[in-house]
Amino acid sequence: MEFGTGDLKALFSAFSARMAAERDKLCALDGVIGDADHGIAMEQGMKAAADAAQDAEGTLQDLFNAAAKGFLNAVGASSGPLYATALLRAGKAAGPRASMPRAELRTVIAAMRDGIAQRGKAEPGQKTMLDAWAPAADAAINGQNVDAVAAAARRGAEATRDMVATVGRAARLGERSLGHPDPGSISAAMLVEEICNAMKAA
Amino acid sequence: MEMRMSLTQKLINDGNAAVDEMLAGIMAAHPEHLWRPDNAPRAVVAKHGPRPGKVALVIGGGSGHEPTFLGYVGKGLADAAAIGNVFASPPPQPAVDAAMAASGGAGVLFMYGNYAGDVMNFDMAAELLEMEGIEARTVLTTDDIASAPRDQRQKRRGVAGNVFIFKAAGAAADMMMPLEEVERIARRANDRTFTMGVALSSCSLPQTRRPSFDLPVGEMEIGMGIHGEPGVRRGPLRSANDVADEIMDTILAEMKAPAGDRVAVLVNSLGATPLMELYILNARIAERLKAARLVVHKTLVGPYCTSLDMAGASITIMHLDDELQRMIDHPCDCAMFRS
Repeated sequence: MEFGTGDLKALFSAFSARMAAERDKLCALDGVIGDADHGIAMEQGMKAAADAAQDAEGTLQDLFNAAAKGFLNAVGASSGPLYATALLRAGKAAGPRASMPRAELRTVIAAMRDGIAQRGKAEPGQKTMLDAWAPAADAAINGQNVDAVAAAARRGAEATRDMVATVGRAARLGERSLGHPDPGSISAAMLVEEICNAMKAA
Repeated sequence: MEMRMSLTQKLINDGNAAVDEMLAGIMAAHPEHLWRPDNAPRAVVAKHGPRPGKVALVIGGGSGHEPTFLGYVGKGLADAAAIGNVFASPPPQPAVDAAMAASGGAGVLFMYGNYAGDVMNFDMAAELLEMEGIEARTVLTTDDIASAPRDQRQKRRGVAGNVFIFKAAGAAADMMMPLEEVERIARRANDRTFTMGVALSSCSLPQTRRPSFDLPVGEMEIGMGIHGEPGVRRGPLRSANDVADEIMDTILAEMKAPAGDRVAVLVNSLGATPLMELYILNARIAERLKAARLVVHKTLVGPYCTSLDMAGASITIMHLDDELQRMIDHPCDCAMFRS
C-alpha cells in the first residue's frame, strides 16, 4: 500500500490527461464569469508539471518541487502561483522519502489546501478553488472514506453557484456571478478526484 | 459539423504557439527598438532607454492586448516588459529577467493592471529581485471605472488608461527622477485617469477559437473588461453618440474637473472596431468636453489596448495638471508608439 515516486509520476500524468480532456468545458465555464482561459491554463500547467515530474529524479518532495516549478513557469496566471504553492506544500508534506503510505495522500490534499489559502489569501465562501479544496481537505483529515472526500470537493464546487465572488477576476461582477459555478473550483474537484483514485489504486 | 462551424477564423499556425510566434515576428520587425536577453524569451527590453542611474520601468501582463504591453517598450516609456500567455499573467521569471536586464541601479518600478494573477506573480518576482539586492516597487493601474464603485478604486481593473499612466511614469523615469518620484507620478497619473468601454462582440482565444462569451446580435455589453469579463450590464446596441454620452456622463461625473482644465483623450479599439467608428465616437467626445469647458490637450485614436478580435471601444480621459502634461508631452520612441 505504499505510494512511490512512480505512482506520483502516474498521478501527475492523470492530472495532465484530465485537464486536457476537460479543457474546453472549463474554458466555457470561465467564459461566463471570467476570461475563458482557465481550461488552457490548467491543461498547460498540468502538462508542464507532469513533464517536469517525469524528468525529475529523487524523492517524492523533489518530484513535487519540480512539478511546482514546471506549472508556474508554464502558465503564470492566477492558477500558476496558487498551484505552485500548493505543490510545494504537498512536497513538504510528502517529505524527502522514496515512498510513503498511500493513506498519506490525505495529508497531501490538506497541504495543497493550505498552500492555496496562503498564496491566494481567500477564505471559503468567496467563490474560488478553495471552496472545493477546503471541504475535501476537511473530509480527508477527518478520515472519511475516499469516495466521500471526492464527493465533498464536488459538492463544494457545485455550491459556488450560490456564492457571490468577492476575490479574483469574477469579483467585479458582484451579484452577476450568482448562478454560475467557479471554474477554478470545478477543476479543483477534478484534481481531488484523481488523488482519490490514486488512494484507491493499490 | 456544428463544432466546426462555430470555430473563429484566425491566421495562426498553432494556438498554443501563438504568443511565441508573435514575439518572433515582433523581434524581426523592431530590431532597432527591442531585444531579448539570452534564455529569457518572454522578457522584452528597450534597446535605448535603460541606463545607469535611471529607474527601470517594467510593465507586463497577458498577451492579446497588443500593442499593450510590449509596444510601449522604448526610450521615454517602459524599459522592459514581461510577456504572459494569452490573457494570463506572466510567471515571476520573465518579470525578474526583464527587471534584471533593465536595471540601472536606481530601483525598479513594476506597473501593470490590477488583476489577482498579475499581483501574485509580480509580487513573487519582487521578492526574488529583493534577494538579488534590487529594490522593486509596484503601482497597479485601476482606471476601469465600470469595474468597481468609486469608493473601491483599489479593486478596479487596469485597462486602456495604461497607455497614459505608463507614459507619465516612463517620462518621469526618463527625466532621471528617483524611484520615489517616479512612483508618486505613476500613482497620480493612475488617480487621474478614467476609462470605460463597450463590447459589441466576443473575442475568441487562439487556443480554442470559440467565442469567449455569448453576446446576441443587437446587444452590447457596457463596461466589459479587456479579457471579455462581463461588464456592468447588457443592453440593446445604441448609436455612437448615445454610447459616447453614457460613457462621458459617467467619466465626467467622477472626474469632477473644473472648467478650463486640460485633458488627454484616448479612443481605443478593442480589436475589431475600425478607425471610422472610433473617430465618430471622438466627434461626440470632443463636443462633450467642449460643453464641459475642458481643454483637449492631446487625443489618441486607434488600437492601443486591444482584446484580441473583440469588437468594441473604450474611452479614456486623463485629467491633466501641469506636471502630468509635461509627462505626456515628453518624447518617447517605442516599437509601436512614438510621440
